[in-house]
Amino acid sequence: MIEVKDIEKSFDGVKVLKGVSATFETGKINLIIGQSGSGKTVLMKSLVGLVRPEHGAILYDGRDLMTMDATQLRQLRTEIGMLFQGSALFDSETVLGNVEFPLMMYTRMTPAERRDRARFCLERVGLKGADEKFPSEISGGMQKRVAIARAIALNPKYLFCDEPNSGLDPKTSILIDELLYDITHEYGMTTVINTHDMNSVLGIGENIIFINKGHREWVGNKDLIYTTTNEALSDFVFATDLFQKVKAYVLEHTHQ
Amino acid sequence: MIIESSIARFGQYCIFMGRVFSVPQKWRVFGRKFIQEVGKLGLDSIPLTIVISIFIGAVICIQMQLNMTNPIMPAYSTGLATRDILLLEFSSAVLCLILSGKVGSNIASEIGTMRVTEQIDALEIMGINSACFLVLPKILAFMVFIPVLVIFSIATGLFGGWIIAAFTDLISVSRYIYGIQTMFIEWYVWYTIIKAIVFSVIITSVASYCGYYVKGGALEVGKASTNAVVSSYILILLFDLILTILLMQ
Ligand SMILES: Nc1ncnc2c1ncn2[C@@H]1O[C@H](COP(=O)(O)OP(=O)(O)OP(=O)(O)O)[C@@H](O)[C@H]1O
Ligand SMILES: [Mg+2]
Repeated sequence: MIEVKDIEKSFDGVKVLKGVSATFETGKINLIIGQSGSGKTVLMKSLVGLVRPEHGAILYDGRDLMTMDATQLRQLRTEIGMLFQGSALFDSETVLGNVEFPLMMYTRMTPAERRDRARFCLERVGLKGADEKFPSEISGGMQKRVAIARAIALNPKYLFCDEPNSGLDPKTSILIDELLYDITHEYGMTTVINTHDMNSVLGIGENIIFINKGHREWVGNKDLIYTTTNEALSDFVFATDLFQKVKAYVLEHTHQ
Repeated sequence: MIIESSIARFGQYCIFMGRVFSVPQKWRVFGRKFIQEVGKLGLDSIPLTIVISIFIGAVICIQMQLNMTNPIMPAYSTGLATRDILLLEFSSAVLCLILSGKVGSNIASEIGTMRVTEQIDALEIMGINSACFLVLPKILAFMVFIPVLVIFSIATGLFGGWIIAAFTDLISVSRYIYGIQTMFIEWYVWYTIIKAIVFSVIITSVASYCGYYVKGGALEVGKASTNAVVSSYILILLFDLILTILLMQ
């Protein structure tokens, strides 16, 4: 479980996070949702210590990240996997090399075992036959999936994904959602996902935190979201005609 | 203001170096990166070193000969002057100034790009000391390889002079050879290698520092690599002076 208590962060005097508190539960998919520019990425980077908030506490099963020294932080990070919004693959390594990289740094696997594990992870994200390509030679969506494979290679205890399915087609997007859902439950991970994809929100949102203008506006799950009275949230989630219809349909059928 | 920010940057540089010079997490990975860097920073600089040294050696030889036509000058003066200029200044300071343009901008743009595309953050998230992982192999590789470049430079520089002696009527080959063998002081070779090693650390560490702390995008990466080269120039000249005072007295 990761607990965030009252964190504040500003850039050049402009407050981006204005006292956000939240709990991310173990063995569940925790979603952070909110409009573009609302501070999701800043919140996620604060969670992993890449951004230093001015105020607040971030507790990883009781261990406060804000008071850790460099060695403790490095130790904690060996338990973390993260997917960056821009993928952040290593240009100088091939697809396979990228996924093997954490295995090479932290396990005593033989090269053959490493390759097998990396191939297995790549298969799980639906990527085959691109092993020897370099990141610049594959598409954006493929890069994203390689980055997911790299993040899950070591079976991390805490998994962070910044928009795992932006830039993916709907089918692949669902494949990734299912994968994240499965591994979270299989290994009891604490998974935190930033997203604006409503399919993910309504599909796998077991614990949803809605961020609006630097505040935590709402907490709930994918079932509670249909009946929310929070205007900002329902404007955000049910912005399109299609999702309005979905909402009407769901509400009608659950009342009967 | 400028003094204040320079001190702040120097402090940041020292902290950065503290992180760079720590024990690598995986020696095997470090070894592999070290070998790669020897290739990329060292071996790849050999052609440039050779071309520049041959030309400069040839030009020095011509200049010396043309400007020392006075009959009082002993026969060995042209060869000796060519050798000592190469040995004392060209093959360490000037060579490093030139190489900092190639090696320094290469390092700064590589690390800067990794910074702006979040690859450095990705390393940090894996619990890796990114400064040590990326920079230490570069500094050590270039430091180990720079004496080789210096020796290459001296040798090809002298060869450049020999070409002038052999193919023009300015000076005879035997006179040139006699000159470069006269009054040889072994310490000069060590002096030039010591200087070059110091300069090599300046080039790689300053460029890495400039790249590592880039903020922004591609534009800033370009600026960082220019900054890296300019800063290395100034520091190399400064240390050239300091080391010459310390080592030649
Ligand atoms: N390094 C930074 N320096 C200055 N401002 C920043 C920095 N990082 C983020 N911001 C500001 O913080 C705000 C929130 O940015 P953030 O990247 O967290 O948005 P987001 O919710 O992830 O949006 P998106 O869904 O588009 O990814 C933005 O207004 C942005 O300008
Ligand atoms: Mg974002």
